[in-house]
Amino acid sequence: MDDALIGGLLASTLRVSTPLILCALAAVLSERSGVIDLGLEGKMLLAAFAAGATGAATGSLPLALLAALAVGVALSMVHGYACVSHTGDQVVLGMALSMIAAGLSIVLGIAWFKQGGQTPALPDAVRLTPWFSGIAAQLQGVPVLGGIVGGGLLGHNALVYLALALVPGVWWGLYRTRIGLRLRATGENPAMVDAAGLSVKGLRYGALAANGLLCGLAGSYLVLAQNANFVPHMTAGRGYMALAAMIFGKWHPVGALWACLLFGFLDAVAIRLQGVALPAVLGGGDVPVQAIQALPYVMTVVLLAGFIGKSRAPAALGTPYLKTR
Amino acid sequence: MSQPVELPRWMDIILLPLVNLGMALAVSAVVVWAIGLNPADVLLLLVKGAFGSQSGIGYTLYYATTFVFTGLAVAVAFHGGLFNIGGEGQAMMGGLGCGLVALAAPAWMPAALLLPLMVLAAMGFGAAWAAVPGALQAWRGSHVVITTIMFNFIASALLAYLLVGVLKAPGSMSVETAPFPEAAHLPGVHQLLGALGIAWPRTPLNLSVLLAVAAAIGVYLLLWRSRAGYELRAVGFSPDAAHYGGVRPRGQIMLAMVISGALAGLVGINELAGVQHRLLLDFVVGSGFTGIAVSLIGRNHPLGIVLAALLFGALFQGGAELSFEIPGFSRDMVTTLQGLIVLFSGAMAQVAAPALAKVHGWLQPAPPAGAAHG
Repeated sequence: MDDALIGGLLASTLRVSTPLILCALAAVLSERSGVIDLGLEGKMLLAAFAAGATGAATGSLPLALLAALAVGVALSMVHGYACVSHTGDQVVLGMALSMIAAGLSIVLGIAWFKQGGQTPALPDAVRLTPWFSGIAAQLQGVPVLGGIVGGGLLGHNALVYLALALVPGVWWGLYRTRIGLRLRATGENPAMVDAAGLSVKGLRYGALAANGLLCGLAGSYLVLAQNANFVPHMTAGRGYMALAAMIFGKWHPVGALWACLLFGFLDAVAIRLQGVALPAVLGGGDVPVQAIQALPYVMTVVLLAGFIGKSRAPAALGTPYLKTR
Repeated sequence: MSQPVELPRWMDIILLPLVNLGMALAVSAVVVWAIGLNPADVLLLLVKGAFGSQSGIGYTLYYATTFVFTGLAVAVAFHGGLFNIGGEGQAMMGGLGCGLVALAAPAWMPAALLLPLMVLAAMGFGAAWAAVPGALQAWRGSHVVITTIMFNFIASALLAYLLVGVLKAPGSMSVETAPFPEAAHLPGVHQLLGALGIAWPRTPLNLSVLLAVAAAIGVYLLLWRSRAGYELRAVGFSPDAAHYGGVRPRGQIMLAMVISGALAGLVGINELAGVQHRLLLDFVVGSGFTGIAVSLIGRNHPLGIVLAALLFGALFQGGAELSFEIPGFSRDMVTTLQGLIVLFSGAMAQVAAPALAKVHGWLQPAPPAGAAHG
């Protein structure tokens, strides 16, 4: 294998993984506080639409980002209102958000832009620019460094690096700060947190707000970096894959990062292997790309079944907390 | 205000769901108004599109048939204490089973033998696809919500693999199998009525609609008139109490999931044997998820589910008509409404209850003073 190929694979892995990482971190935060999030897909999709629509309407990158973050947080607040304040079913709420986002983004998109649900292509000024591409260009031709570092690690946009930086950030917040300890305790034993005089609701709302911000970032990445516009159903199951990655990473930010990178790598490989013939040893024929694409889900099921290690959910996950006397 | 509120039975069963449905419709009306349309006009056109013509009624009933299957699937699992989000994947597998039988059938096989075999295959494949998450829940404690979601994606990848590589009709450009033989076509209602001398326009409505009615009655008899159903509901109500009472929870989890999957698998009969007459990729198109909304509105009761399926059938048919009538209006408004219904009738079902209880309190004559100490 040559450096350029490795570099290319590395680059596409990072590109595919970024929205997964952001969403998986969002899921870690809400689920560690005890709130299931099946609405990642919907939050990310509607945030992506908000970024695309605002970017097209105003031509401003900061406004597009702000709109995506606002929509992400707003949906998370609906999540909190239904599930934290009113003890609604968290699984049902997640399904509801995903359906609403899928429908609403197309309805509004068709009504506002009349392009079959897509938003107009964004001008370059509204798109995220690659970082460090100057260094990458200088490294070109240098063995190893040029292909792998220059082609694979450098030249991505700010959100890719932000997602990677947020992983230790979330880890530090959860495991090295007082508020992180309280948050994790809320997901394990909310009654104890309540008895300590802390607000279970406040902590869960806080976790959901951060969750909404992260989903907003993930959605804006899809529109401002990966694509040039919003396309209906563009999240294409990424929210659920991020959820799978979070479970595969055992509800831990660093574990989730590795799972996201693994799933992203599989996706990058699957795209490359499309139409490639299997070696004769394996019987020839095309590589079953669908099998590689299904692998993340199969692996998550196998892990959940406890056949490869144990993945344990927070003890109070999914149970609304009722303050009783 | 988050404490559960006691409401009189009629309010709980009839008024609360209607209030929740009303809130979902109200928010939808705001969305329709926000994109510059008159909600009343839209509603009128929608009702006209769904019920205004024989053809509209045919389409409405055809959509409703699919939703009865997926709605019942969600409800049966729910009564067993399980949330089966895998209707989508189970329906795909049901279609696969039905398609495999239809394509493998020898030419001499008459429809009277082939069609029941296809129904059995659809149910069997759907049941098998639900049985795996069921078994993992029963014996390994893997949460069925997550595993059924994963199985939806696995099913869709499996179907894509089979259709692209193995089952594709030779020489065909599109990703679908060869057409089913004539004997594998479930008769359309227009054909049957035509044979009886009644004119009925050609719609996708087919005999599966009777299968849906039978399924609803069957689920009612199973859940409320049989010992197995009683035990199933007991486990759903309180697994520990049921276990103490001698019911084996594992068996009940399996039973609930297998029946649920079999019901979802029947979608394949309505869509493939009834309409498409070949196996293709996207024949489920979200009906597994619509089943969640149908089951929530129908309060997990077969009668309620049939009514809710009719409501959603009308919405889908009316929505399709609307997008022809009004340029710039997307039928995805129905998806939005579906999501809002799940939000208000499912996740926020109890939000309106305290307000209703208060209103109810005002309407009741005040108890005589001192009665509380009685």
